[in-house]
Amino acid sequence: MAENMQHLEMLGITKRFPGVLSNNNINIQLGTGEVLAILGENGAGKTTLMNILYGLYQPDAGEILLKGKSVKINSPREAIALGVGMVHQHFMLVPNLTVTENVILGLSRKILVDLKTAAIRIKEISDSYGLAINPDAYIWQLSVGEQQRVEIIKALYRGANLLILDEPTAVLTPQESKELILLLKNMAAQGNSIIVISHKLNEVMAVSDRVTVLRDGEVCADVKTRETSSEALARLMVGREMTRHKREGKSSPGKPVLELQEVFAKGDKGTEALSGITLEIREGEILGIAGVSGNGQKELAEVISGLRKVTKGKLCLNGKESTNHPPIDLIKMGLGYIPEDRMHVGTIPSFSIWENFILKDHHKSPFAKGTFLQNRWIRSHSSSLVEKYGIKTPNLETPTGRLSGGNIQKIVLAREINRNPKTLVAAYPTRGLDIGATDYIHSKLLEARSNGIGVMLISEDLEELINICDRIAVLYDGRIMKVMPVEEADESTLGLLMAGLSEAAS
Amino acid sequence: MSGLEFLIPLLAAAITAGTPILFAALGELITERAGITNLGVEGIMLVGAVAGFMAAVATGSPWLGLLAAMLAGGGMAFIHAILTITLRANQVVSGLSLVIFGTGLSGYLGKNYVGIPVPQSFTPVPLGPLADIPFLGPIFFKHDILVYLSFVLVIILFFYLYRTRPGLNLRALGENPAAVDALGLNVFALKYIYVVIGGMLSGIGGAYLSLAYAPSWLENMTAGRGWIAVALVIFALWNPVRAMLGAYLFGGIDSLGFRLQVVGVGISPFILDMLPYLFTVLVLVFVVARHKGRLTAPGALGLPYDREER
Repeated sequence: MAENMQHLEMLGITKRFPGVLSNNNINIQLGTGEVLAILGENGAGKTTLMNILYGLYQPDAGEILLKGKSVKINSPREAIALGVGMVHQHFMLVPNLTVTENVILGLSRKILVDLKTAAIRIKEISDSYGLAINPDAYIWQLSVGEQQRVEIIKALYRGANLLILDEPTAVLTPQESKELILLLKNMAAQGNSIIVISHKLNEVMAVSDRVTVLRDGEVCADVKTRETSSEALARLMVGREMTRHKREGKSSPGKPVLELQEVFAKGDKGTEALSGITLEIREGEILGIAGVSGNGQKELAEVISGLRKVTKGKLCLNGKESTNHPPIDLIKMGLGYIPEDRMHVGTIPSFSIWENFILKDHHKSPFAKGTFLQNRWIRSHSSSLVEKYGIKTPNLETPTGRLSGGNIQKIVLAREINRNPKTLVAAYPTRGLDIGATDYIHSKLLEARSNGIGVMLISEDLEELINICDRIAVLYDGRIMKVMPVEEADESTLGLLMAGLSEAAS
Repeated sequence: MSGLEFLIPLLAAAITAGTPILFAALGELITERAGITNLGVEGIMLVGAVAGFMAAVATGSPWLGLLAAMLAGGGMAFIHAILTITLRANQVVSGLSLVIFGTGLSGYLGKNYVGIPVPQSFTPVPLGPLADIPFLGPIFFKHDILVYLSFVLVIILFFYLYRTRPGLNLRALGENPAAVDALGLNVFALKYIYVVIGGMLSGIGGAYLSLAYAPSWLENMTAGRGWIAVALVIFALWNPVRAMLGAYLFGGIDSLGFRLQVVGVGISPFILDMLPYLFTVLVLVFVVARHKGRLTAPGALGLPYDREER
């Protein structure tokens, strides 16, 4: 095989959607055995470009060359036949079928299913890349990381030698992400060409050989990874100098606004999810809760916001006992809550923006007089929030679910902060958001802190926690491993604590 | 001895009475495996029954009657397919309107056919030596050809679902159409095909009533069997063999009530007529309670598929 043979070239790709020029004259090259990262913010056109390569969309102009030959890809089936495989961000697996059944799904060479031969072949693929997948397991039994590996096997089984991964680490824990990066490097070393779509800088730096940066539907840079830095890439991606918001100065925390004393609670499956949590948040500080999700984070947030029963222990808001009070009482006592699921818990997706703004206050003045909503006031209030928080929306009537994740999160944030809470619990507020939106959320949380609000920030992103928190508590298996001032925290200490190794930190 | 004399005809009758429900239930099973709920089975069966009867009267051939019933049932299901797959209408609403439409249409078409005899109906054909097997023979192998067809259909469907690639695709279609789409199969075409095939089978179920079970046409002659078929699919956990058992259970209780009336048990015939339906409700409650929310219904059942939707 020629050393510098181009596996894929996409030349002059242009794709218009009504009102948007999603891809404008895009050129990309991918060498054989190379890992190319396509970097860009949400809406930069990355996914559109890959959907064109995978045959889901037809380009309005441009040419695709595979191994030097011009090809036209009209459907995913044709893409697969040309050796292009795609691992979607939302996995395309059937939970009630086994790994083998999922892998051979849609392959219609023969009428009869030969599960045995298929299982052997899957085992071979799994072994040759060290994927450790049992062909007979049902999908619903597998972890998210394993499911992703099944998607990779699916593509390889179909003979793919060019693999596209769309935001592959969005759903993975930090450990799983590391494993995936190793796996992708190994696959590239064995001659596969890989495209990774991402907006996460450190993972792009870790995995790729080359980076193509997209901005507003155009290629704005094409650089070798080892000749660049994450700062340079961030600048290219956002198109301006990034001033990351960071915590400034020592906090001067006041009296405690939220206290938990030996709190126990059960998870959805009836097993103990919180086993004696003791924490305290004071006015004007941000307390970070670090940990791999699934160690009680969800239950912790729900217990504080009154959505889950405390089985033992005590909760106090502003010095007053609030254990097992209904959520409405806690809201009145000054609790703000940014839930993990912004789409379905934080907002009602089919409701308009102004309706979502008044979800917690629609019953009281000035939004209502008696039974009747005061539409004029609600509207002027809503448009001022839209403006103040820079929410991008066609108008106030737009159903919230149509907006991008970042804008939905801004709506939740605007609603919660504008109610002037004493305490704000934010669960994974920046998950899945691009750098611009993430930075904005950070600035608002810091602003809340300087206004004397006590903030609890639950996150898996260690960099985020270290940048904006005053103190960090590590949650593992329903227990607080340690609470430490941020000055004592670094990624490796936190990482070990998150894995449940307490002696390592002492 | 007198026990056997009562039991064998009862079990044989259970199969005959269960067959129309079995056909309809298999049709609904295929439809739901493709991710579409079709509550219109009752209406489709009625239209199938009347179309089959009219064609049999006109041509003198029960086979052409059967063909007409299949076409009519497929046509009704095609309406459901357009509404729910292409236009993404609510499947429950579309199904219910099919019932109302089918009831009205069949009543209208069949007005002049009430009380007319059919020139030739499907009559029992003992299956050679099989019919002579003691006990089992008279129960299973002294029926009309459609009953044998239903046996074969259950076996074929079971094999198709669990042992063939198109069957695997069908199972995946109802669970996660997006996955099927991503593999390059045409989700919409597949859904149309299975919904129409499902309607054809329901049509056969209707024709079984008017051409074999009680060869005649009566307005509303399905008497709720279409609904039983829908319930049966849940009871069967979307498995054709279990659907067969359920259909015969229902048929057995249906014939038992009838026989008890003939013997002269001192229970109101209205209550006896009620038994099969009451039984269906009880069985459903039992099955649902036992599987507590973990019913193995196809994951995407009832949800319209839209590639663009996230």
